[in-house]
Amino acid sequence: MNKTVPAHNIGSYVPMIDGPEKVSGRAKYTADILALGMLAGRIYRSPYSHADIFAVDVTEALKVPGVVAIVTGADCDKTFGVLPIARSEYPLARDKVRYRGEPVAAVAAVDDSSAREAIRRIKLTVRELPAYYTAHAALAPAAVLLHEKKPGNIERDVLFELGSTTQGFADADLVREGTYNCAEVCQNQMEMHAAIADYDAVRNRMTVHASTQVPYYVHLMLSQILGMDMSRIRVIKPHVGGGFGCRTETLNVELIAALLARKANACVRIVTTREETFITHRGRPETDIELKIGMRKDGRITAVECDCDQRGGAHSGYGIVTILYSGSMLYAIYELHNVKYLGRRVLTNTPPCGAFRGHGTVDIRFAFESLLDQMAAELGLDPFAVRRANLLKAPTFTDNDLMVNSYGLPECLDWTEQQSGWKKRKGKMPKGRGLGMACSHYISGASKPVNWTGEPHATVKIKLDFDGSIVVLSGAADIGQGSTTILAQTVAEVLGLDLARVRVVTGDSEVVPKDNGSYSSRVTFMVGNAALDAARNLKGVLVNAAARKLEARPEDIECLGEIYRAGAQDKGATFEEVVTEALKDSGTITVTGNYSTLPESHGGKKYRGAAIGGTMGYSYSAQVVEVTVDEETGVVSVDKVWVAHDCGKALNRLTVEGQVQGSVWMGMGQAMSEEAAYHEGLMVTANMLDYRVPTIQDSPPIEVGIVESNDPHGPFGAKEAGEGSLAAFLPALTNAIADAIGIRFNDLPVTPDRVFEAIEKRKRALEKMPKKNGGA
Amino acid sequence: MARENARLQGKKRLARLLECRLNGRDRSDAVADNVLLLDYLREKVGLTGTKTGCDGGECGACTVLIDDRPTLSCLTLATTVQGKRVDTIESLGSDGQLSAVQRGFHEKLGSQCGYCTPGFIMASAGLLRRNPNPTDAEILEALGSNICRCTGYVKIIEAVKFAAALGKQGVAP
Repeated sequence: MNKTVPAHNIGSYVPMIDGPEKVSGRAKYTADILALGMLAGRIYRSPYSHADIFAVDVTEALKVPGVVAIVTGADCDKTFGVLPIARSEYPLARDKVRYRGEPVAAVAAVDDSSAREAIRRIKLTVRELPAYYTAHAALAPAAVLLHEKKPGNIERDVLFELGSTTQGFADADLVREGTYNCAEVCQNQMEMHAAIADYDAVRNRMTVHASTQVPYYVHLMLSQILGMDMSRIRVIKPHVGGGFGCRTETLNVELIAALLARKANACVRIVTTREETFITHRGRPETDIELKIGMRKDGRITAVECDCDQRGGAHSGYGIVTILYSGSMLYAIYELHNVKYLGRRVLTNTPPCGAFRGHGTVDIRFAFESLLDQMAAELGLDPFAVRRANLLKAPTFTDNDLMVNSYGLPECLDWTEQQSGWKKRKGKMPKGRGLGMACSHYISGASKPVNWTGEPHATVKIKLDFDGSIVVLSGAADIGQGSTTILAQTVAEVLGLDLARVRVVTGDSEVVPKDNGSYSSRVTFMVGNAALDAARNLKGVLVNAAARKLEARPEDIECLGEIYRAGAQDKGATFEEVVTEALKDSGTITVTGNYSTLPESHGGKKYRGAAIGGTMGYSYSAQVVEVTVDEETGVVSVDKVWVAHDCGKALNRLTVEGQVQGSVWMGMGQAMSEEAAYHEGLMVTANMLDYRVPTIQDSPPIEVGIVESNDPHGPFGAKEAGEGSLAAFLPALTNAIADAIGIRFNDLPVTPDRVFEAIEKRKRALEKMPKKNGGA
Repeated sequence: MARENARLQGKKRLARLLECRLNGRDRSDAVADNVLLLDYLREKVGLTGTKTGCDGGECGACTVLIDDRPTLSCLTLATTVQGKRVDTIESLGSDGQLSAVQRGFHEKLGSQCGYCTPGFIMASAGLLRRNPNPTDAEILEALGSNICRCTGYVKIIEAVKFAAALGKQGVAP
């Protein structure tokens, strides 16, 4: 009898397989790659918010010793952009600049100081145009257009009404409206943007190392911008120091590095400053929301009307998708009918916004959960009860055709209510302290990718050779979220092998299969399923080989990881023996695994853009936040957060906890301190002191409850874990502040000065009120 | 102005011979007097474990130990470490084993994207070298000027506590 049992890792606490590199300083990020003779690249950026370009004079700059090449808008007349329908941006501005900081020219020189000196000598001649720094200003009837083809400076408007809001509001016992403003926020990932482009003139080939979440999209855009055949381009993604959506589209930096490298016929490295990284943030737009909800006495929602304006910045980026998500993701969390949504994505003379963690859903969720809380109080209902009154009955399709299969929100509510001691403590907290709750949800990847090609949504290859090591080849971009670890775990689990047998190769277009990239929380679901498929295919090959070796039928073969046997009495064959047998057939074994989403998950067609929001599985989150408000100073401290997240199945409990804690905390930054502020289009918070990220001393304990609803389509039942818990923090915080001091904040961030001002305003109002006579 | 002109004419600044003990080994390099310790380590020596995360003194990613004291290498001129001990992330661990702090950050997931990690680890190692049993408040104080954008810090605190516990078993920080 052989006692070998298959190794299991799914569902346990597994440290990341690339952790040792990260904690020892051996992990190479783009800026860490030092090539001999590499040139330093620097970008000259527009000092104007909005202007017609007359001339970009680089004559004096070229005279600086050490300068090898300078590129301007004249070097590239092609546009780029992540959405095939909205490619309005030049790598270097031509004709017009549309925001302060827009790249105009770039220098490659033998060292950084020469490049900087050349930048100082570039002369830009322009005629300034009126500039618009708010959505409101850009929408004014007489406003000059930022882009000729975008009348009214509207990038995209969305209007839909599903059901009848007139009827819905008529059926309500209580109708309330609220106006909300959320400041623009930046991803501010720790690694600044960097790209290294190496041009091989002899063979006309370009190799680009980029700090990106989407190597494939970078590949596409490099081909378009350089006018080079895709087969001549190689994109390598080294370790990436976070992204949070900032790098889900090709950035100017990557394209400019390539243009410089080709012109200089050399290897050029551009590492941006933190200030430049802020300016190219592609963050969450400033959003103005008007929300109206109708509710019955029992808490059931009867109608929703939502008006949403987003200050998108000077170029589209993901903007069209963002404004569509904000509407479609009103759904799929509660049972909603009679919904009207009006969204406008506005072009302004500020840096382009993009996809920030929780893309399109966060600010809307803040408004929605705030108003729910306010209405619950007015109706004398518990906030948990109001959510429970509106739960979906999964599986179901929403009115806008979103497919909901697994739905762990009820369990999330139960867990947070219990863990936080809600029933005992809510309403009984000492003065200045309070509890608030809210819910949120997110997609596990958009079912239909941005670049729809008809291919499977994800493809993974596995190579197995004479050495018995399992090599997983995937284009999935690990940016710190742990996708590489999840792929290794998935393959090891299927084969019953120890993780140490599995290696994962990612991030080199020359080696790995194409992948759409790391965004919209797609990787675990889509690439995980492809890895599952590949691993099962490999197991099939090994089982067949074992059957031959053991002279048994394949269906009788039992795989125990390191041992394959035919029945419990069989001594069996070792993994190495089975591999040797399998190689006799084909030599080196490579198998493919694919995953395609179901057509019914692709979203609807009831309005233009209704497909946005469609996914194979939604994650759900409920949160309770406990705060203390210092009424003398306006300082709010978050004492504790309880968060339950339905991720379907936690493939790795350690990384799920890490992702959920990180999301909650990032929501805290947006809610309490982060704001991209501008003075006449100049970002005045473009450093990490003025753009105030919470420090370890500001940050609360975050207790995570993992809810496993076992999604029928997710790999091992898994759904996303890295975004869905962000949004709920914002309203849970303001709901907690309202509980603590009786003041509701509809504008974010809730900074101490805002709190102080609101408290003072209330004091003044109370002083003005006529004093009541106690005995009357 | 004279300095500016000298720079424009491409004249190099004065270089000095920097002698220091870097990661346990003596080193001497000709270093211009305006070079930051961060750039010296990364570009001259090739120790890229120390990271640049901001435009100067904002994030803590470049933290190294100078004579065991956590210091921002982006705000330190290289020539000021003359005759001193400088330890970077690459110095930690011995005999093929991760150090206690490295193990903490790896095993407790104090590191996600890993970019702030070398700075956090060096700040933590500095703390544990001078105070092997820090209280929670002491941990928060020691790491108060390091920014992490991934973890929400919860697991970083666990990582440091784990490292302190390993320290009691004799594992070096």
